[in-house]
Amino acid sequence: MITRQVLALTGNAAVAFALKQINPDVVAAYPITPQTTIMEEFSQYVANGEVDTELVRVESEHSAMSASIGAAAAGARTITSTSSQGLALMWEELYIASGLRLPIVLVNVNRSLSAPINIHCDHSDSMGARDSGWIQIFCENAQEAYDMTIIAVKLAEDKRVRLPVMINYDGFIISHSIDRVEILSDEKVQQFIGEYKPEFSLLDRNNPVTMGAFDSLGGFYYEYKKIQCEAIDNSLQVMQEIFDSFELISHRQYRTVEKEMIDDAEIIFVIAGSFCGSIREKINEYRSRGIKTGLVKVRSFRPFPDNSYREILKNAKAVLIFDRSTTPGAKGGPLYIEILGSLYGVEKPPEVFNFIYGLGGRDLELDEIDKSLEITEKALRGEVVDRVHWISLKKKEV
Amino acid sequence: MKRWEIKKVLEREIESLPQGVTIPEAGTSENYITGTWRTFKPVIDFEKCTQCLFCFIFCPDSSIEVDNGKVVGVDLKHCKGCGICAAECPRNAISMIEEREEG
Ligand code: SF4
Ligand code: SF4
Repeated sequence: MITRQVLALTGNAAVAFALKQINPDVVAAYPITPQTTIMEEFSQYVANGEVDTELVRVESEHSAMSASIGAAAAGARTITSTSSQGLALMWEELYIASGLRLPIVLVNVNRSLSAPINIHCDHSDSMGARDSGWIQIFCENAQEAYDMTIIAVKLAEDKRVRLPVMINYDGFIISHSIDRVEILSDEKVQQFIGEYKPEFSLLDRNNPVTMGAFDSLGGFYYEYKKIQCEAIDNSLQVMQEIFDSFELISHRQYRTVEKEMIDDAEIIFVIAGSFCGSIREKINEYRSRGIKTGLVKVRSFRPFPDNSYREILKNAKAVLIFDRSTTPGAKGGPLYIEILGSLYGVEKPPEVFNFIYGLGGRDLELDEIDKSLEITEKALRGEVVDRVHWISLKKKEV
Repeated sequence: MKRWEIKKVLEREIESLPQGVTIPEAGTSENYITGTWRTFKPVIDFEKCTQCLFCFIFCPDSSIEVDNGKVVGVDLKHCKGCGICAAECPRNAISMIEEREEG
């Protein structure tokens, strides 16, 4: 039997609460909007003695990730968190964390990158880190942010995975809005994540090891990158296993690709993050008007569940991909390009359109979602339309 | 201490490489001979040396050999010839001499 305990929490408070229940050995972080309140709350848990965590207040995000790498290499369960420029400052260490196969969990509260300076949400920060070898998971609301933080610990530390995991959710919309969050008991969380037994530890004096040694020409860099790529590919199956075991304790079901109202859908929307809600709202309305629409919500972006996307999308007439970041100089946003790749070789592939939305926190208005559907219907009637649309540009006043 | 035989590693299947290319052995930089990079080698004039140990502290490759708290020489297997010791020595007791092939 499951006793449900529901709290009203902001996304960041929900994550801080999850961190308290996880009770990590080491947390190293530096404040940046909109992530700051996670650590603000968590440091209170530390000050009150509610956790045993060593909280390292470093002088930058570069140091936060460096300290996390050192802690993880010493065998500590390590968590950090950041946003935007902070993630950008962690860049070079991100690759070291994944290359050394250190199971660090990073909570990234999505925010745009400067310039112009802007503190609001888009996905440019995490999309920029998509090739860093980290597992990347997106969340729609505070509940998912809470759940995924707990799941991330188990996923990162799984012997078959041993890779760092980045949890992403939208700045302010999720991080600072109060939401209904169903929490698990401390015991359940502890039981679920279990004890962490590191493969190697720099503190194990009886079994000394060298980590991060120089590997020159004639070494194993090339082989090692292949192993690392295989590890992140294989993590997809482990992720689903862990989602399934999480469902047993929470009754909340997660999939590496989330799909809703897909079975008979002719037009499918694909989106990551908080705006799933607006799209869902619209899909319900379209369905009541007899337009067969469906929703695919991005859960795992890295690894990218290529086969699942192909299977889900291949029979649709049209796919509308909403990107909350751009890839300047490329033909569309990162999610769009990724999905186009998945659909290559499909017989009679769907028409695929890309809608760039929400940069720097720009709202995605409901009538703009209507506009995306209109563009798609035009194309389905045989009219020639552009593939990539910036649908929220400000209009000239009339 | 367990040793990591490079030869054995070369024969291994890539799957059996340790996770995170962790080497199950410590202090492996000792096996990495960086002395061959050198074009100038430090030579200490012990007549001038006051045993202040600055060279030992500043050497980025831990190549100043110290015995019983006294500088006794340079580990030429690892000294890269950067010249930092010579620049830092307050007594100008270290000169950098160009390496030449013998004979
Ligand atoms: S030359 Fe450089 S590497 Fe060599 S002993 Fe002096 S400081 Fe060390
Ligand atoms: S720095 Fe110069 S004086 Fe000092 S110990 Fe080294 S060689 Fe001697």
